[in-house]
Amino acid sequence: MIRPTPHPARLLVALLVSATVLLGGCGFSTEDSGGGSDEPETEGITLYSGRIPAAIGPAVDSYEIKKDLDVQVRFADTADLAATLVEEGDASPADVFFAQEPGAIAAVAEAGLLTELPQDIVDSVPPRFRDPEGRWVGVTGRARVIAYNRDVVKESELPPSPFGLTVPKWEGRVGWSPATSSMQEYVTALRAKYGDERTKQWLEEMVDNGAVAFPDNVTIRDAIAGGEIDVGLINHYYVAQGIAEGGPDYPVGVYFPPGGLGSLMLLTSVGVLESSERKTEAFDFVRSLLGDESQAFFTSSSKEYPLARGAEADPSLSVPIEQIPVSGTDLVDLKELQATIDLMKESGAL
Amino acid sequence: MPAARRAPAWLLAAGALIGAAAVLPAAHLVVVVAGDWVASLETALSSRALETLLRTAALTAAVVLASIVLALPIGWLTVRTDLPGRRLWAVLCTLPLVIPSYVGAYLLVAALGPNGMLQDALGVERLPSIYGFFGAWLVLTLFTFPLLLIPLRATLRRIDPQLEDAARAMGRGPLEVFRTVVLPQLWPVIAAGSLLVALFVVSDFGAVSILRFDSFTSEIYVSYQSSFDRVAAAALGAVLVIAMLALLLAASRIRGAKTVHRLGPGTLRPTQPYRLGKWRWPALGFCSLVVLVAFVLPVGVLIYWASKGISTGSTSLNTIAALGGNSLLIAAWAAALGAIAALVVAALAVRYPSRVTRLVERLSHAGYALPGILVALGLVFFATRAVPALYQTIALLVFAMTIHYLPLAVGPIASSLVGLSPRIEEAARGMGRGQAEVFRTITIPLARGGVMAGAALVFLHAMKELTVTLILSPIGFKTLATDIWTQTTYGFYEASAIPALVLLAVAAVPVYLLSEQGAAPP
Repeated sequence: MIRPTPHPARLLVALLVSATVLLGGCGFSTEDSGGGSDEPETEGITLYSGRIPAAIGPAVDSYEIKKDLDVQVRFADTADLAATLVEEGDASPADVFFAQEPGAIAAVAEAGLLTELPQDIVDSVPPRFRDPEGRWVGVTGRARVIAYNRDVVKESELPPSPFGLTVPKWEGRVGWSPATSSMQEYVTALRAKYGDERTKQWLEEMVDNGAVAFPDNVTIRDAIAGGEIDVGLINHYYVAQGIAEGGPDYPVGVYFPPGGLGSLMLLTSVGVLESSERKTEAFDFVRSLLGDESQAFFTSSSKEYPLARGAEADPSLSVPIEQIPVSGTDLVDLKELQATIDLMKESGAL
Repeated sequence: MPAARRAPAWLLAAGALIGAAAVLPAAHLVVVVAGDWVASLETALSSRALETLLRTAALTAAVVLASIVLALPIGWLTVRTDLPGRRLWAVLCTLPLVIPSYVGAYLLVAALGPNGMLQDALGVERLPSIYGFFGAWLVLTLFTFPLLLIPLRATLRRIDPQLEDAARAMGRGPLEVFRTVVLPQLWPVIAAGSLLVALFVVSDFGAVSILRFDSFTSEIYVSYQSSFDRVAAAALGAVLVIAMLALLLAASRIRGAKTVHRLGPGTLRPTQPYRLGKWRWPALGFCSLVVLVAFVLPVGVLIYWASKGISTGSTSLNTIAALGGNSLLIAAWAAALGAIAALVVAALAVRYPSRVTRLVERLSHAGYALPGILVALGLVFFATRAVPALYQTIALLVFAMTIHYLPLAVGPIASSLVGLSPRIEEAARGMGRGQAEVFRTITIPLARGGVMAGAALVFLHAMKELTVTLILSPIGFKTLATDIWTQTTYGFYEASAIPALVLLAVAAVPVYLLSEQGAAPP
């Protein structure tokens, strides 16, 4: 079976040509919402975003249109972007950093890379939702809650706090996601409030009671909707999204546990780079994120809590924002995450 | 082994440049570690780091062992026997390589995890957990063993059957011939292929993170993502580089132990294939099982998701085509550059063995042993300081991919050079040709199979690469891999199946070429 083999050089040339032709045909840039216009040379700002396009796109677009400025967005994991910013140092092309988790932006601030925000921006967000030194401000809040299947569980049956989920009644019926940063921040908050002993005991009891581990919040929600489990510890807005898609008969409900550390607010936050040469525009963009239009977008699209003063949370959120403690400013020392992961491993949750 | 000759200066200079480029990410680690020696040593020598290192070594050894157990019989069956459809089996058994480890891992969780498909199908309350060592071992073995199978098959085709015929004529049975004649000739390629598998396992993050195995690389990511501690991450990265050097040393011991050339460039006498007789049924069963678990099942799940994804209409065809074009562009350039660079490194190491050329070869592995995030951040560091104009351009992204995956190309090219007697080149020299001309007219054409295999391997891995692309690509530049990431980040598994399938389809082309490598004489 002897056949001629294509010459490697010819093969490579063919590959390169086909790749280049394909690109020519389809347009070089594939960015969508939030990515800016087709002329990358226009004056504008650069945003590093730990939030995915669907979560911020319209907010970025409306700013671009209003100001006739291009916003270039780099999307990646919040933590990877934080690490990149630290390596870039003064040479960073970024003007603004939009973080999905509060720990990352605190780390960038600690590295001296964020500039102090103007007073009007700082003042537009209540102190609980911003850096005490004014280097970053929260944009939206996401609450940790208990989601439950309304067809199977009555709200009155649910315990006053997640501590109550370790009794036999809930054996094998609870879902959680120990590997997600939102769950880990919740556990960090528990440690801060109740100490390592009590937290570890709760984690072990959860494991012993057959808590089912899911990779993320969405799969927990879908498992509740599908009847595989009856309750789950998740972020509130995933349920809101489910209701938005599934209509009034959507079987999953949200319950804000009133007692203990029932719920916890996780912030998405934004800061401006010290090295930015376009600070005026960057501040302006931050103002736009905190402005009525963007805050309304975040509220309606993802049901997150808007954090700007005066912004109204979605009416479906029954618990006022004032009653929910905040991770990163109220309770959690974000450097504690590593110790939390260790504790979760010791207790068998991770 | 002929007496070592002096390498031509131009080749040596090129090699030095390539070695320097490949070592950039490791150099960055040194810069960071030097910034805080005390903390770095504390991290590197902590019992936690040691435990993680041992755990990772155990996983690596287990994956390498299992890969040999899979690749050796499959390689032998598809090259040396009358297994029905053996060329098809060869292609099918190489295809798992196109499945990115992160895709493979979440498919495994979907299939065998809590509330997964198998549990639904069996209707049982709970299955044994797939998280941890077992799951990571399974996924990494299934999707990396072809890294060993490919060079193994190429070598099996190339080794001289006359030795086996002689042994058989002397009355030895097939198993004994395999053990005493074939296997000794295979050790060098098993060592080289195992090295690629081992380094992949060490630097993988996708599979171990999803399957929650605490490997050294996940520890590095945790340093970045949970404690935001770049010094700790760099210190651990440095340990990884040292471990890699030890692995390389071990592999080169085995590889260097025995060199077998064929004298001629081609005209292998066709081997008489072993007749399997009734053994072909278990042989077919074995191949089918591997293909079923490592390829058919994962692709089946993807197609199932994709059909749901299409019905919800989430991804436009134009977008997918553009993403595919971007992936193709990066991967093709990385493959071309990688093959050229690897040819230089391999030619130096094989033809002009000396301390310097061996050093160049080892340095070329530095970027492969490190997880993507360290490669990317290292280049962020140097590019922003030295060549800011290139920062976040396609050129830098291609450069990063090239140095990240260079060893994948060095291996096959080196093997094809080793299998080729240097006397042909010497004869050409004797006839008055210059060194450069001999390299161009003799060495490169004869190493063609290896060059193609090397380029294809780089292509494949560059297609799948995620972290490096996310950090180093031009703003707004997206690929199939980054699209899969965007979708799965928010749990849109159905939507992610479409780009994943396109990625598989594009990557399957070089895999086909790879499985054909060595099918024709050079």
